[in-house]
Amino acid sequence: MLQYLRTSSPAVLAALGQHVVLALLPVLIGLAVALPVGYLAHRFRWLYPPLLTISSVLYAVPSLALFVVLPVILGTQTLDPLNIVVALSVYTVALLVRTVVDGLASVPPAVTAAATAVGFRPLGLLLRVELPIAVPVILAGLRVATVSNVSLVSVGALLGVGGLGALFTDGLQRDYLAPIITGIVLSVLLALVLDSVIVGVQRVLTPWSRVGER
Amino acid sequence: MITFTAVTKRFPDGTVAVDDLTLDLPEGKITVFVGPSGCGKTTSLRMINRMVEPTSGQVLVQGRDVMEQDPAELRRGIGYVIQTAGLLPHRTVVDNIATVPYLLGWDKKRARSTALELLERVGLPAAYAKRYPAQLSGGQQQRVGVARALAAGPPIMLVDEPFSAVGPVVRAQLQAEFLRLQQDLGKTIAFVTHDIDEAVKLGDVVAVFHQGGHLAQVDTPEQLLAAPANDFVADFVGRDRGIRRLGFRLADSLPVQPVDAPRDSEWVLDLDDRGRPRGWSRRGVTASMQSGGGTFTTADSLRTVLDLTLTSPAGVAVRVDQHGVADGTVDHAAIAAHIQDDPIRAAR
Repeated sequence: MLQYLRTSSPAVLAALGQHVVLALLPVLIGLAVALPVGYLAHRFRWLYPPLLTISSVLYAVPSLALFVVLPVILGTQTLDPLNIVVALSVYTVALLVRTVVDGLASVPPAVTAAATAVGFRPLGLLLRVELPIAVPVILAGLRVATVSNVSLVSVGALLGVGGLGALFTDGLQRDYLAPIITGIVLSVLLALVLDSVIVGVQRVLTPWSRVGER
Repeated sequence: MITFTAVTKRFPDGTVAVDDLTLDLPEGKITVFVGPSGCGKTTSLRMINRMVEPTSGQVLVQGRDVMEQDPAELRRGIGYVIQTAGLLPHRTVVDNIATVPYLLGWDKKRARSTALELLERVGLPAAYAKRYPAQLSGGQQQRVGVARALAAGPPIMLVDEPFSAVGPVVRAQLQAEFLRLQQDLGKTIAFVTHDIDEAVKLGDVVAVFHQGGHLAQVDTPEQLLAAPANDFVADFVGRDRGIRRLGFRLADSLPVQPVDAPRDSEWVLDLDDRGRPRGWSRRGVTASMQSGGGTFTTADSLRTVLDLTLTSPAGVAVRVDQHGVADGTVDHAAIAAHIQDDPIRAAR
């Protein structure tokens, strides 16, 4: 085990780096798409049921199938990391649209009414009242999406791009346990670290949400 | 200052909330909109800052039609206080108070120092500035709501059932402080309540709304109690309006008997060596002045004096001067006779 780490640490670190990028980039893209879509679904309630159905269907597509089909749709190489990024972005959007809608719905109507009555315009209301109050709910969804992405990236290894997942395929092919254990431990650690980072961000962003119960 | 001219509000479902309302709100005064639920009082209030837009007719604020103004700008110029306080849960108390100054683009320092001044003015310690609304009681949140409405110094304030969610003791306290603030500030205030006692206590003018946004009567509180325009108003102001109305009349012209005048009672007024009343006594039984009714001055209302005569064992209220020295007594018969000479009653 130590022997493996001593000789292969550059490769392991490279796999870890790729894993972080492949897991996080889709979270950022997914959030950027889910925020406006979720806002629209919040503003125009009739959009919400169809959007929810589409998200659920998308989320139900098996990840391996999506990794295989995407190159055909996008015209990319099978080994292109873009496939993984697009696929995971789709999952993230599917998860977060609902979260954004729920978050905006968690803003008490009395608060939005009062904010409007003291002179907020619609954009200011969204950016300075509704979104900040929705942050705890949105970040809760973001934690799920992030951890789930960390785990899904590994599946990409079956296609040859999978960050830490490459360690699993490597171990399996060589019938060698060390890379597999390293991959599992690093995946779990990565998920834990990213999760705590989001929790930390939430503590900084929403000091008000922890004072409710005296 | 605020004028409704033939204003009607018909909602898309066909409900007419306000029907042909014409009303002037005098400058620098509190005009109370009072009435049962569904009478259109809140809808009328919300048409002043365009939270509701009239179907027809005109609402003028400082001479300008509200429909010709940018809604956000209009609202920033009008203080707004609502029942649940409606504070922003993610902002501290000081930032909540400074909401409108921030929206108006004041620099942060000036906005905050104004907010801190107001915090003190509404009776909250400066230490509360950094707290969040969830850390305050309902009454404290309501004070912050009032401070927020005042922050940008608007000449007009809209106040919608601000004290109905707090207990009776805190409510009475907040009402008294509200009146004290208004004495200093002289804002033009539209105040909505369903509580006729609150209306009569706070209003310079009371507009009684009937179902469907019809005005039943617009009058001073005393006149409303003395001369309800119709059965609806009489019913709404309640059965004890005669007694409540005495709350508006000072005891300054009430004739009194000398303290040592003979009375049809065995109770004797005990005075200390300076002539200040200590209590009542009868055949060795004594009652202190506190338990035996108490005393009044010419600054008290006839309602207070009448109440004193009912709680005093001798059936007599004792008037004192500014040094607390007894200078006269009065019984209920004398109060009744005094009310008989009432100019309002005589006029009708």
